[in-house]
Amino acid sequence: MSDSTDSAGSKGTAPDSAGSGSASVDSAGSRAAAALRRYWRANIRIMAVLLGLWALAGLGAGILFADTLNAYRISGTGFPLGFWFAHQGSIIVFVLLILAYCLYMNRLDNRHRRELETTRQEG
Amino acid sequence: MSVQAWTYFFVALSFGLYLFIAWRTRVRDTRGFYVAGRGVPAAANGMATAADWMSAASFISMAGLISTMGYAGGVYLMGWTGGYVLLALLLAPYLRKFGHYTVPDFVGDRFASDLARVVAVSCAIFISFTYVAGQMRGVGVVFSRFLEVDIHIGVIIGMAIVFIYATLGGMKGITWTQVAQYWVLITAFLIPAIAISIKLTGSPLPQAGLGTTLEPSIAGQSGVYLLEKLNQIHADLGFSSYTSTFVGGWDKVNVFCVALALMVGTAGLPHVLVRFYTVKSVRAARWSAFWALLFISLLYLTAPATAAFARYYMIDSLNGKTAQELPSWFENWEKTGLILWMDDGDGVMRYSAGEDNEIFRGGSLSHAELSSVQVNHQAWLDSDGAAGADGRTALRARGLSGPDRDIIVLATPEMAELASWIIALVAAGGLAAALSTASGLLLVISSSVSHDLYYRVLRPNASESQRLSVGRGVIGIAVIVAGVFGIYPPGFVSQVVAFAFGLAAASFFPAIVLGIFSKRVGTIPAVCGILAGIGFTAFYIIACVFFGMETWTFGLFANGISPQGIGTIGMLINFAVTLGLTPLFPRPGKEIEAMVDSVREPEDAGPAVQIETAPEH
Repeated sequence: MSDSTDSAGSKGTAPDSAGSGSASVDSAGSRAAAALRRYWRANIRIMAVLLGLWALAGLGAGILFADTLNAYRISGTGFPLGFWFAHQGSIIVFVLLILAYCLYMNRLDNRHRRELETTRQEG
Repeated sequence: MSVQAWTYFFVALSFGLYLFIAWRTRVRDTRGFYVAGRGVPAAANGMATAADWMSAASFISMAGLISTMGYAGGVYLMGWTGGYVLLALLLAPYLRKFGHYTVPDFVGDRFASDLARVVAVSCAIFISFTYVAGQMRGVGVVFSRFLEVDIHIGVIIGMAIVFIYATLGGMKGITWTQVAQYWVLITAFLIPAIAISIKLTGSPLPQAGLGTTLEPSIAGQSGVYLLEKLNQIHADLGFSSYTSTFVGGWDKVNVFCVALALMVGTAGLPHVLVRFYTVKSVRAARWSAFWALLFISLLYLTAPATAAFARYYMIDSLNGKTAQELPSWFENWEKTGLILWMDDGDGVMRYSAGEDNEIFRGGSLSHAELSSVQVNHQAWLDSDGAAGADGRTALRARGLSGPDRDIIVLATPEMAELASWIIALVAAGGLAAALSTASGLLLVISSSVSHDLYYRVLRPNASESQRLSVGRGVIGIAVIVAGVFGIYPPGFVSQVVAFAFGLAAASFFPAIVLGIFSKRVGTIPAVCGILAGIGFTAFYIIACVFFGMETWTFGLFANGISPQGIGTIGMLINFAVTLGLTPLFPRPGKEIEAMVDSVREPEDAGPAVQIETAPEH
């Protein structure tokens, strides 16, 4: 799963050079590979954060700490907190997590595309 | 109009709509047949995924399960939604970028092995068949109860409808039918819930109604919270508290394992994964995961409310009533055997957790067995215990205390005395939920056989039209097999759904995640991991469910892990075996590395995708 072992192995492969033999593409290709590595690292980072929240809300608040949280009640309602997380809260958090991921990845994709375009123009 | 006339009206209307869509979306090529031509917009794919995903179990059984399980019912709510986060973050965008037709395609290509492909195909077919059997049974239950047609004829009608739209339109027909089915099923679920919520709590939002106070006219005083009232009723009757955590067999470890197995299983179910192949781009794949969970959450946030409302009505309208006072819904449903009354002789119904409980269900007892219990019980009553046999003891010994969980959603509108058209709507919704899931599963079976086995392994030079005919033929056969399961349901259908999740969790999920996030994992470790995960999970479930093996505590936990949660352990075994073996085997070749790079690269400017350049695409 670790990214460091992956990037070590992929250094020699210039993704853009597949199907093309000209020499100038090689440096552009390695820049594109570097861009992909940066993109991938940012992706892994956001994933780790969001999956952490996922575990915290669903497995944590809904299950592991549910008995402790059940001692508290959401004010103005009849919901004990642990019960609420198990029945509704976690689902709401899940929807928001995917929304956050989509929005973040859209920006990341755009940045990545701009990087690739610059690479191609320079190459 | 009567409930039955309304039911015929809604069912005929919705079936007509499905057939109309099928005609409009018929396809002529494999691309349209397997992946709807990759032209489905994200929001529409979200609706289709939601309908695909929410089965007869979600629609009919889940609220009932929650209703009897209370807090622990949350495992289904969290498990069946939490998986979408895994799906959106770990799988969907990459599978779309990979851009093939099926899940075994990815496994087979990434691990460059026909063995991996065949193992994946077998898992996909097995998971899909176990799941589809439950859907067909759902169709039969709805038909027999609401339309009072024979359960066999009900299943045959359902089969015919699915057959027409699945063979004509393939994935394209199924997708657009599922979009329509989503709206039918969500309307059918929400309208009764809203009506009951207004009646019981005065809140038009059932999701909020669950946490609010009961109407003073119902509770007898103002300011009584619904959940507190339920807890109090439960305490009075000897049931464990509705909102308390970890009661009975549902200890922390089991709740955790079952929830995690369902989450991971959801993310590994082939009929859900394949939906992400149908959208235009990687971005659209991410968004459709978001839309899917948003649409699903409409039902999943409502289900706990329906469950609690139904719990209240169920106890309130039955406990302490005499035969004359019993509501009419009770008689309607008593005929189906989903709820039974075994009186102790005082003529007053009692529903409790103790020995004096008089509410039971027929379960998997045959008609003859059930009526013999009833006849003996009547004899026992008439003779003051001198002859016959106490039916309560007999049914309790078989674990059939309390009503069947399927009754909760199907009968709650009647319990709350809602208008007859609302009651009828529920039937159309249940059918939509069952048919949409069945068609998605049948397509997975068809594409697994016709694409992965026939084309990729057996006949690589088959022509487009041959592949399409095989695809259509396999759907036809699969529909018939599924129908036979529906007409003669194997007694183990309900346990077997847990099986499907466990297997998906232990097989596909680790293989696909490692295939995307590691370039180092090669063929042999991955295949060994899949086989170890699936072998262990299947062994444990079969041994526990069918051969009465004691559940295992692994020397760590106070209680054994239930077969429903064993997929979690199976998944860990798969990961451990794969990662443990990886250093011992050579790195995969350059083509595999390039393929993984291309799957990670969100833009088309990335490395050449061998798939798109391959001649057959």
